[in-house]
Amino acid sequence: MRELVIVSGKGGTGKTSLTAAFASLAKNSVLCDADVDAADLHLLMAPQVVQRADFMGGSKALINPDLCTGCGTCRTLCRFDAISERFAVDPIRCEGCGVCVDFCPAAAIDFPVQRCGEWFVSATRFGPMVHARLGIAEENSGKLVSLVRRQARQLAEEQGYDILITDGPPGIGCPVIAAIGGATALAVVVEPTVSGRHDLERVLDLAAHFRVPAMVCVNKYDLNLDMTEAIEAMATRRNAALLGRVPFDPVFTRAMVAGTTLFEFGETTPAHRCVRDIWDTLAASPAMNALGIVDLKAVPHLNKA
Amino acid sequence: MIISIASGKGGTGKTTVATNLAAALNGRAELLDCDVEEPNAHLFLHPVIAREETVAIPVPLVDESRCTLCKKCAAICRFNALAVVGRQVLIFPELCHGCGGCLLVCPEDAITETGREVGAVRLGRSGAVGFIDGRLRVGEAMSPPLIKRVRAAADPERITLIDAPPGTSCPVIAAMHGADFVVLVTEPTPFGLHDLKLAVEAVRLLGIPAGLVVNRADLGDDAVFRYAESEGLPLLLAIPFDRHIAEAYSRGQLIVDALPDWRQRFVELYQQIDTIVCRNTTTCANSSSSAAKAAPARPA
Repeated sequence: MRELVIVSGKGGTGKTSLTAAFASLAKNSVLCDADVDAADLHLLMAPQVVQRADFMGGSKALINPDLCTGCGTCRTLCRFDAISERFAVDPIRCEGCGVCVDFCPAAAIDFPVQRCGEWFVSATRFGPMVHARLGIAEENSGKLVSLVRRQARQLAEEQGYDILITDGPPGIGCPVIAAIGGATALAVVVEPTVSGRHDLERVLDLAAHFRVPAMVCVNKYDLNLDMTEAIEAMATRRNAALLGRVPFDPVFTRAMVAGTTLFEFGETTPAHRCVRDIWDTLAASPAMNALGIVDLKAVPHLNKA
Repeated sequence: MIISIASGKGGTGKTTVATNLAAALNGRAELLDCDVEEPNAHLFLHPVIAREETVAIPVPLVDESRCTLCKKCAAICRFNALAVVGRQVLIFPELCHGCGGCLLVCPEDAITETGREVGAVRLGRSGAVGFIDGRLRVGEAMSPPLIKRVRAAADPERITLIDAPPGTSCPVIAAMHGADFVVLVTEPTPFGLHDLKLAVEAVRLLGIPAGLVVNRADLGDDAVFRYAESEGLPLLLAIPFDRHIAEAYSRGQLIVDALPDWRQRFVELYQQIDTIVCRNTTTCANSSSSAAKAAPARPA
């Protein structure tokens, strides 16, 4: 079982639209939405939830006013300015370190575990999907990402699926680190802009740091052809394989509005061919086939050709 | 006045709005790039950097000659950043949140603090526009401490424009907390709408007034506009999809420079925000001269 994670560095480059398109091309795959902050894949997959569970994150301090003597120890010790002059804990600032809990001389501070979100196992028309919803303003998004990936991997292994396709979060911080560790390979979706190039460099650095092979595809490449070429040259210098280019095409937005993947939407444009070729390149890539044996079942279009 | 520019969904145009607004307000504004994982504002403002400071968070350092292996430090740490294995205290600096609990609990005073570098803050200016950004070190997971440091460096005399990271979790909250107004930037698509709703929940949780900028306003459907109307979220600006704008962006050019008509529209965006903020509060710090006339007088 191999895991492909789709990331981007910069947000809004087309990760989720491409993940959904790949899901419709892949045979025998499990889907995982690891963008738990702003999960969107379910909008195209219409998942039927078959199992749901609470995600319990860290704890937060809670001062019991009946026991509090107002000594001020907690305010002195808290490094996150989370305790007000009236000895109320600001749950947004509270880091969950528990220092105030342990040092309160009156034992007036509780430390209840927080329900930080929810995660789901669902059925979709393309196979099982594991996804989650992090509560608003919650911490521990990295923990939730690790949890959904672990569940998806376990499900894929137990039920004999060949590939896990994971839609990753933007950025390079905590949730991204949790999304790429131990993955078979990354597909990085980049747009041909100065921001896209800048953010790609950082995400390739991150991939190298965690030793995960990365491959690059340029979306909306025709918005700036010079930049597309510069990005491809940079990716090549950094040993990231090139997957191909997708033109700017409003069909992606129209398919999204219709709640379908690119290939289910009743319209065929040049972008379809590009995305299909990218998937074939991905499935046949050395990074996804570490032993050098290409799984032909996973590359049906290559077969036909 | 602190204005945070946020979105929920990534790639909707936060940096476009923040940098063009900063350029339109010229010397009255200072831009803080708080998307420290992927800071992009510098690519459009081309600032001259005057100073760069490394940001570190405190992590423990154990003096083994004093340590008695009592394990109290490992017991207090909620983040599993310390463990006692055999005759050694192992420290995992990347898990440490810098709370200082281990120092406080150590009966032998064997723990001191050293720094773990999380990134750097850069300060400079782009013409008359003040510029500060944070850059998270690649491989570092924790961005909120760096975002807080970027914000602490802001000049309180100027209009602070914060370019926030995408999402709705702790880094976004660090970039919105304490702001006077949040500009939510979205695109009129199902993904844009879904993530806008999450961002609106976050803004309401913090109790900050917000308004909407719709980017690529003619690609997609009208659900975002209907939602904004039903929620009483004022539509401050609609930017159509225009290949000229998209291409200028791709080269690192500001809209206000590529299409000068837009300068006035961004000034008007600020005036609308200023009017809303002044209506909600009695103090109008740093308000524009035109809006200040209509606003209540500042207390002496």
